[in-house]
Amino acid sequence: MLSYALRRLLFAVPALLFIALVLFALLELAPGDPMAQLPLTIPPEVRADMRAALGIGESAHIRFGKWLWQLFAVEPMALADRALGTDMAADSQRMISWQTRGPVMDTIIQRLPQTLWVVGMAYVVGVLIALPVGVISACRQHSVFDQAGTFVTMVGYSVPPFFSGVLAIVIFSVQLGWLPSIYDTTHQVTDWHSFTVQLRQMVLPVMVLSLQTTAQLSRYTRAAMLDSLHQDYVRTARAKGLSETAVVLGHGLRNSLIPVVTVIALGLPQVFGGAIITEQIFKVNGLGQLLITAIQAGDLPMVQTITFLLAVMVVLANIAADLTYGLLDPRIRQEGRP
Amino acid sequence: MTLLSPPRPGHTVWRRFRRHRGAVAGAAVLGFLVLAVLLGPWLWSLDPTYIDVRARSAGPSPAHPLGTDQLGRDMLARLLAGGRVSIAVGLAAMAVSLGLGTLIGVLAGFFRRLDSLLMRLTDLFLALPVIPLVLVAVMLFREPLNHSFGPQAGIFVLVVLAIGLTSWMPTARVVRGAVLELKEREFILAARGIGTPDAAIITRHVLPNVASPILVSAALGTANAILTESALSFLGLGFPPDFPTWGRLLSDATVYLQDYPGRALWPGGLICLTVLGVNYLGDGLRDAFDIRGDAR
Repeated sequence: MLSYALRRLLFAVPALLFIALVLFALLELAPGDPMAQLPLTIPPEVRADMRAALGIGESAHIRFGKWLWQLFAVEPMALADRALGTDMAADSQRMISWQTRGPVMDTIIQRLPQTLWVVGMAYVVGVLIALPVGVISACRQHSVFDQAGTFVTMVGYSVPPFFSGVLAIVIFSVQLGWLPSIYDTTHQVTDWHSFTVQLRQMVLPVMVLSLQTTAQLSRYTRAAMLDSLHQDYVRTARAKGLSETAVVLGHGLRNSLIPVVTVIALGLPQVFGGAIITEQIFKVNGLGQLLITAIQAGDLPMVQTITFLLAVMVVLANIAADLTYGLLDPRIRQEGRP
Repeated sequence: MTLLSPPRPGHTVWRRFRRHRGAVAGAAVLGFLVLAVLLGPWLWSLDPTYIDVRARSAGPSPAHPLGTDQLGRDMLARLLAGGRVSIAVGLAAMAVSLGLGTLIGVLAGFFRRLDSLLMRLTDLFLALPVIPLVLVAVMLFREPLNHSFGPQAGIFVLVVLAIGLTSWMPTARVVRGAVLELKEREFILAARGIGTPDAAIITRHVLPNVASPILVSAALGTANAILTESALSFLGLGFPPDFPTWGRLLSDATVYLQDYPGRALWPGGLICLTVLGVNYLGDGLRDAFDIRGDAR
């Protein structure tokens, strides 16, 4: 298991480097000056400083190296300083946002909790709905429940978050007036009343995000369950007189969880992608909204860092999927590649 | 005396496809939408960019069956024009990603030496966050492409390339799997035995036989491309405002959501309908070709 885990972890290094390279190359290949969009009010000497911080004028591989150094060494050290109170990164150049004129990471850390809270909640809700739906659909294949489930899944696939979000606002905020359409991140939970307010404002974004998760996941669960319910050991379990619940949950579900867990892990980054749009609709000032405003403002360091962080999440999710896969299925860690 | 001829494969596929009710319905809806946006300018001759300030934000009337927007532009004409762009982007991006995916899939499946390298590359591309990357690409390349192609063609090329270059990986994987399986079959060995060059084996024997998984991923790829384009337009980083697409219309309408919800529902509904139709079509094709694929 250990060597399997190490092999998976080792693959993450080239993946991260590749992503960094793609991001860097995008900026490099982009014709024109990345600083051309900056407002004219910035004084020339500040402009020269910003050029120096970007490293414009040096050759590409040196700039790439410097950027990697900032990304992988300076920023983590700065994070450690913040957490532990040391000063390892005190005198090194950190990545500076062009909008806030402060370190990029500080802004990201401010925005991260909102995104994690909404996205995480949506994901948990989605998984909790999808698993039972998938299992029941598979057990009663071709029943009304199954067909309705398939239809809802198709709709979940086809209705993009930017439409389901708008639709949810029209129905629940405009027509019925039940729920607020704007997520207020300054809201503090202090007592029962403020807790219900927080709950109410989370309902719509979580609902929109989890619709997609549910659609995908319930479909996978159904397929995996159908697969394992037709296996010989399930027939054996039935033949020796186990109750249907024990067969379905103990033999069927347990074996179909292997692919499902992978999908759960791999789907998480996608939800972050969807969160960019959902945050825009419900005005959550999270990471996605930060990315959009940074893109509109031409704030390259911010854009680079957030995109890279999202890519890191994809890679981490991949590793997590592979590791759980190995944990659940001994055959995989014995062979080399799944 | 006539011999009983075995049923032609195309015939079987068509029969199975017809039995899948969802797929037939999806194909019908899709055909109707495509026909409508193609023939739209002849059926409904109002100019989608004509501004009629006196009729702004009007409700449905014989002159404007779906009403007008905040500048008095006819919604029906804008929807038809937007659909043309959205569907064109979807098809073009699908073509790019399909071409690339097929090329890489066939190369990886056919030539053992390239396999691990190309599949590693595919894995790496799968780790890229698509929407943020496409957003960044649009932000960086919009101006220069506008200068060289003009504002509309420039953004069209950009969006199509950005989506196509980040979505070829599933196709490559599926095609590689099919080619690997195919490569050991007798007729390929026979072709190789009589000295057919690799290029001819690929074009004459391999490609026709992997056509069905390619067709299925073409359907799903189109749906994905339309969704991504709409998401870009919705975030304000797609086509320019005076150049309607469904996503753009939806995004413009969200500002007036409280007063005119219908204006957001039409483009959004059409996006969903198109994607739903394409997805059902892909599902039906998969069943008809009898491909055991993952549930994507």
